[in-house]
Amino acid sequence: MSQKDTSDRFNQDQTVIRVVNLVKSFGGRRVLDGVNLEVRRGETMVIMGGSGCGKSTLLRHMIGSLFPDEGYVELFGQNLNELDDKSLDSLRLRFGILFQSGALYNSMTVGENVALPLREHTNLDEDTIQIMVKIKLEQVGLRYAENLMPSEISGGMKKRAGLARAIALDPEILFYDEPSAGLDPVTSAEIDQLIMDLSRKLGVTSVVVTHEMDSAFRIADRMAMLDAGKMLKIGPRSEFEALRDGPETGDEQLDLIRQFIRGDSDGPITRRRSSAGFMEDVLGVAED
Amino acid sequence: MSDTVKKHGLIEVIGAAVLNGISYIGGMALLLSDTVKTTIETFKRPSSRRAIVMQMHRVGVRSVGIVCLVQIFIGVILTLQLAPPLKPWGQVDKIANIIGVAGFRMLGPILTAVVISGFAGASIAAEIGTMVVAEEIEALRASALNPVRFLVVPRILATFVMMIFLTIIADWMIALGGYLTSLLVLAPKVSIGYWGRMQEQLRMRDVVSGLILAGVFGIIISLIACHEGLKVRGGAEGVGRATTMTVVYSIVGIVVMACIFTMIFYVFNF
Ligand SMILES: Nc1ncnc2c1ncn2[C@@H]1O[C@H](COP(=O)(O)OP(=O)(O)OP(=O)(O)O)[C@@H](O)[C@H]1O
Ligand SMILES: [Mg+2]
Repeated sequence: MSQKDTSDRFNQDQTVIRVVNLVKSFGGRRVLDGVNLEVRRGETMVIMGGSGCGKSTLLRHMIGSLFPDEGYVELFGQNLNELDDKSLDSLRLRFGILFQSGALYNSMTVGENVALPLREHTNLDEDTIQIMVKIKLEQVGLRYAENLMPSEISGGMKKRAGLARAIALDPEILFYDEPSAGLDPVTSAEIDQLIMDLSRKLGVTSVVVTHEMDSAFRIADRMAMLDAGKMLKIGPRSEFEALRDGPETGDEQLDLIRQFIRGDSDGPITRRRSSAGFMEDVLGVAED
Repeated sequence: MSDTVKKHGLIEVIGAAVLNGISYIGGMALLLSDTVKTTIETFKRPSSRRAIVMQMHRVGVRSVGIVCLVQIFIGVILTLQLAPPLKPWGQVDKIANIIGVAGFRMLGPILTAVVISGFAGASIAAEIGTMVVAEEIEALRASALNPVRFLVVPRILATFVMMIFLTIIADWMIALGGYLTSLLVLAPKVSIGYWGRMQEQLRMRDVVSGLILAGVFGIIISLIACHEGLKVRGGAEGVGRATTMTVVYSIVGIVVMACIFTMIFYVFNF
């Protein structure tokens, strides 16, 4: 399952996120079924997978907002299961997260959203905070929107504002949940550019959940494919590119990934879907 | 196990209801203890102090009008209903005494609480529930900001203070309703000495016990509203449910608390 990683741009020893045998069920349904993943300092890890396969759930475990039934998540070498609220909170200051919906605080302006973590977690005076807010908003190209309310801005702007808030405290890790879903191609490319800038210029470790393949291949150093609660493959981008551009392999799992990243209408995914109990269903009805 | 469940359907249903009730009260107790623990910390922060003032405005100032309106009418109704039975005894002027005690002890706080549970309680539940749905609460937690300190404490403190403040106004509005009805509808002579008789009748403990109740109601309403809001799952439907349940549970909570406290006051002759 877990591949030998050949990408040598990042130090193997500097694993900042380690997900070990993660199992999580909701109402008896196993959404995560023994997931393993390691993310190294400074790299951009893209997690792919179909809708509802548990990507957001995996992310929620990594940020300590959900806790697993089995297994554990380590951030900076600390097991989240074993931390008390206080240590968890101090760990939370070291990462930022961009939620799928942006999750801006709707009762505050864009500027106040960005200012909030600075006000609450630093001793900076108000003038400095105002300057920081402008810098962060400039970084995502939203300085003109500082005094607008979240309800007054578009989806793409919300994502960028959410990103400005996520980077307010200069985090070491950034988590992105579908940063470019539902955006037009240009805005989506802009967001990708932002993610890459933050990663390259500031050395931030990034974990990006997405099923936009263009964007995935643009930003990834390494990629991981999640399916039915399990990691099918983890490897450097080049391996996935080879899979995408090469012919069918005959291996069920690899072909499944290949179909997913190519967006083909025929392949193991669609065959699995159409075969699942369809004949039995029809025959059952006929017999009644 | 499941056989017993099927056989004893009724017992199972009652048992489940009792367990649900206990776990609901347990959840609220946890929230309350979190609130108490974070209150001091909240006061230390200027931003949170500002939030408390904003919430007081939202809970209290906006409801003053409707509270006054309701309570004046209560004064009117009470007077009109008390007058006929008192008349044969020549005691119509005792309306002032009765309204004083009934209004300040119970009707002022309890009716204000009902208005506030519909007015502020429902809107608090809807607001927090919407924040849950929009992942805002999760975002707060992920930024190491405690939603209890941030959202719950200001709302509970504000509702507590404003319930007391509004009840003081409400008490006088009931009395005023009674006075105006005596003066304008009954006979002017009934209204002569109205305030004096009320003052004679009212003891400090009547007023204080009413205000204690008001404070308790304030905590109950805002606690239920925050609890229901934070519990929301599953979109707009969940938010709608939370607002309805907030009003329903608040009214039940208000009446139960009123009963318990009245028993306590009675036993201690307060
Ligand atoms: N809190 C929860 N309670 C119950 N079920 C949940 C919960 N969170 C997620 N699920 C279920 O777990 C499954 C995976 O959800 P998740 O949000 O992780 O999917 P996803 O891969 O992020 O999908 P999408 O691409 O649509 O965002 C879904 O079927 C969802 O219904
Ligand atoms: Mg998701």
